[in-house]
Amino acid sequence: MSRRPGFGNQTPIALLLAGPALAGLFLFYLIPFLTALLLAFTNLRLGSPLPVTFVGLTQFRRIFTDPDFLHAVANTLTFAAAVVPLQTLLALGLALLVNRGLRGTVIFRTLFFMPVVFPMSLVAVVWILIYAPGPGGMMNAGIDLLTGGWWTARDFLRDPLLALPSIMLLSIWQGTGFQMVILLAGLQGIPESLYEAAALDGAGAWQCFRHVTLPQLRRPIAFVMFVTTILAFRLFDQVQIMTRGGPDNATTTVMYETVQAVFARQQVSRASAMTVVFFVLVLGVTWIQRRLSHRGQEAS
Amino acid sequence: MKRILAAAVTYAALGALAFAFAAPVAMMVAGSLKPDERVLVEAGTAAAFFPAGASLQNYADVFARTEFHRFFFNSLFITGSIVVSGLLVNSLAAYAFARLQWRGRDLCFNLVLAIMILPFETIAVPLFYGISIFGLRDTYTAQILPFIANAFSIVLFYTFFVGLPRELEEAARLDGAGTLRIFFSIIAPNAKPVFASAAILSFLMWWGAYLWPMMVTIGPAKRPLPVAIASFYTLPPLQWGDILAFGVMMVAPVLLVFLIFQRGFVRGVAASAVKG
Repeated sequence: MSRRPGFGNQTPIALLLAGPALAGLFLFYLIPFLTALLLAFTNLRLGSPLPVTFVGLTQFRRIFTDPDFLHAVANTLTFAAAVVPLQTLLALGLALLVNRGLRGTVIFRTLFFMPVVFPMSLVAVVWILIYAPGPGGMMNAGIDLLTGGWWTARDFLRDPLLALPSIMLLSIWQGTGFQMVILLAGLQGIPESLYEAAALDGAGAWQCFRHVTLPQLRRPIAFVMFVTTILAFRLFDQVQIMTRGGPDNATTTVMYETVQAVFARQQVSRASAMTVVFFVLVLGVTWIQRRLSHRGQEAS
Repeated sequence: MKRILAAAVTYAALGALAFAFAAPVAMMVAGSLKPDERVLVEAGTAAAFFPAGASLQNYADVFARTEFHRFFFNSLFITGSIVVSGLLVNSLAAYAFARLQWRGRDLCFNLVLAIMILPFETIAVPLFYGISIFGLRDTYTAQILPFIANAFSIVLFYTFFVGLPRELEEAARLDGAGTLRIFFSIIAPNAKPVFASAAILSFLMWWGAYLWPMMVTIGPAKRPLPVAIASFYTLPPLQWGDILAFGVMMVAPVLLVFLIFQRGFVRGVAASAVKG
């Protein structure tokens, strides 16, 4: 019936439509990314009079024997390992509470989502005030109130043990709403008939949750965990603004070290090697996520 | 009885959590209206959330101590340019991928999918190097141009376009309408939700972006708000009332748009899970 225009017919117009986007991705993503791979094997420094030469794996050997960088990798992984499960659990809890269909839950949903529209740099500055040292600081006073006077005031951001957890807390505050909204959409997509069938089988509230809700939420949960892991790896703004990696390297991250290498030491090649390490981390998580979601598809 | 109890427990949990989520925001707004010295003093008391004798002095101080209007304009101009040109460029590309037959389509689309998993951080260093070589530091160009084409946005549009019924276009094509005409008069009007999602996601991302503008800007001339508030915080004397007033003005427009178009926001964000 309808005549599909031939191949050659549509190629010019398609290139016209896709051209600008493809040119942009090529110029500003692909080329820089390949450049990073290349630069990681050189000795390039901004403003250095030395000629640029290939140095093989030297940069990688350097960063992997640099205790500061290893510390930053460990901090980044710790941050992700704590924030991802905590934030996902909290978001799941919020989504379940909001989804119960009680009066006024729209207001609660709005409140939980609100921090998502806050720029992270603003959140970081506001939370510096919240973490103010001394018993008069908001966080100190709040914990003191909750523990009934058992708390001795801490300087959260200058305490080597508390600095990273403090940054975790505000990151969770800012990011949970995003996950909640995605999980909520997942919850609302579960067919009512599944719950009715479960109720007929005499399932209680917990069994419904365990055998209907959780399996049905598998994909959205996997998705939010994946996105949050990548976000956690990117941790930078909060650290740069609140602690500058301190105290005692307690809050340095891969991205923080990378930016430091560029700005404090002009070592573009070293920073490129760190970028490659960062990319491998991202790739690893992406691979795991793909594997898991494929397995999920086969199972269902 | 059991139901009432369950509802009461739910409300109690919601209330406690709502307080935890709202407290920093309430403190920020209240603090922005107080004399500077009282912000820190009252931070640990209930007075942190109530500005007795509120005044707009801090807001006036922000304009006196910083070039707030300039930072605000920079943010608006940079984010607006990225969002508007991004919508056009990425939706057109997605349409070519979703509906047109052309040489190299599959290869290019696989490339887009591969680029989508690259977070900006993986290209920040070489891009910064390139921008420096071409003398583009401290320009709007450096803050806008690299971010117009966006792989995630293309995939978002693509997923939506693929789902549109083909009959929409077939009739117009038989009437002899060209591809561009079909896109603008048939596809785009039927794809408003995905345009809204893409706009909201890209706006939120770039209005709050910190790393890249921090790397490429040098002076205050091309500085956007997120970098400006971080440097305002380090500007002595440390006056918390002023900083919070700066923060309120920085987030107020976004918050206002969010509260008005709440459902669109929530739907837009939920749409980002499509690719999952």
